[in-house]
Amino acid sequence: MSRRGARLHIDWTACEGRGLCSEMLTEILAIDDWGYPLARDGRPEPAVPRELVAHARRAERLCPRLALRVLPEPPPTRPQGGSQLPPS
Amino acid sequence: MNEALWYTGRGAGLVTLVLLTVVVALGVASRAGRPLPGLPRFATPVLHRNASLLAVVLLGVHVGSLLFDPYAQLRLVDLMLPFAGAYRPLWLGLGTLAFDLVVALVITSLLRSRLGATAWRRIHWAAYAAWPLAVLHGLGTGTDAGTAWLRAVTAVCVLTVAMAGAYRLLLPDPATGPLGPPAPPGNRDPRLTPLTISGPPR
Ligand code: HEM
Ligand code: SF4
Repeated sequence: MSRRGARLHIDWTACEGRGLCSEMLTEILAIDDWGYPLARDGRPEPAVPRELVAHARRAERLCPRLALRVLPEPPPTRPQGGSQLPPS
Repeated sequence: MNEALWYTGRGAGLVTLVLLTVVVALGVASRAGRPLPGLPRFATPVLHRNASLLAVVLLGVHVGSLLFDPYAQLRLVDLMLPFAGAYRPLWLGLGTLAFDLVVALVITSLLRSRLGATAWRRIHWAAYAAWPLAVLHGLGTGTDAGTAWLRAVTAVCVLTVAMAGAYRLLLPDPATGPLGPPAPPGNRDPRLTPLTISGPPR
């Protein structure tokens, strides 16, 4: 899996906007005023580049609500709406 | 040699109490949903977990050294089965219960993603039994029970957890706090609207 990267699923029914994930995965997630993560690439399930997969797993383990999942396949190449955020 | 075991057991017990206090205070404070002053948000769960792992190691030293201390008269079952001990069975049993609970808390937490959030959370509330049991165990048994300094350390521990509780209960919740409730999606920065409502992964 990690050769092609992965994607990050956020379970919005569980997430409480503790903001850990945006802090740990600044390359992938921005943060809104209430601590909730925002995908920088505009996808519902943002892409996790290969070199960040291990780090994303760390965030997955630390999320206090277990709301993050690193899913094995990268997202489809075309973003599904929204627009790109500049990297911070 | 026996003296060394005895000193080690007492010291490790005290350090375990202090570490468990730190663990419980961090657990309580983290539920406030707000970073601790001066720390990044991810620091709270990392400290909570690592302090609890350290507490388990010290707890192992505590019971391990007293198991081999001839004066404590501990048998292997006394480490796991409460109230069966020969020497001050009540106070010892409270410690045994706390030991069982802490071990269960740590094991279930390391397997948290397999247990699922709801089951794990229910089990984790046992922390509110484990820590007071450990406090009582420390006050009631052992060589140092009744000394002024042990009482002072215990008082500081209780105060620490009480302060964490106050931090959690008295400060406004961020969701309804000074920023008010979250803006409806339409009012957000238009570049930041990829929020899709989704549940657990299929
Ligand atoms: C590997 C070990 C452990 C891990 C990974 C762990 C993880 C967690 C997590 C993720 C939370 C939720 C925090 C939040 O919602 O922001 C929590 C809460 C808490 N933990 Fe732990 N924990 C561990 C061990 C322990 C131990 C040994 C104790 C106490 C003896 C403890 C006491 C607490 C308390 C009191 C809370 C607050 C619970 C509540 O009010 O909902 N934890 N822990
Ligand atoms: S760490 Fe978990 S609970 Fe916190 S904002 Fe990220 S997904 Fe939500």
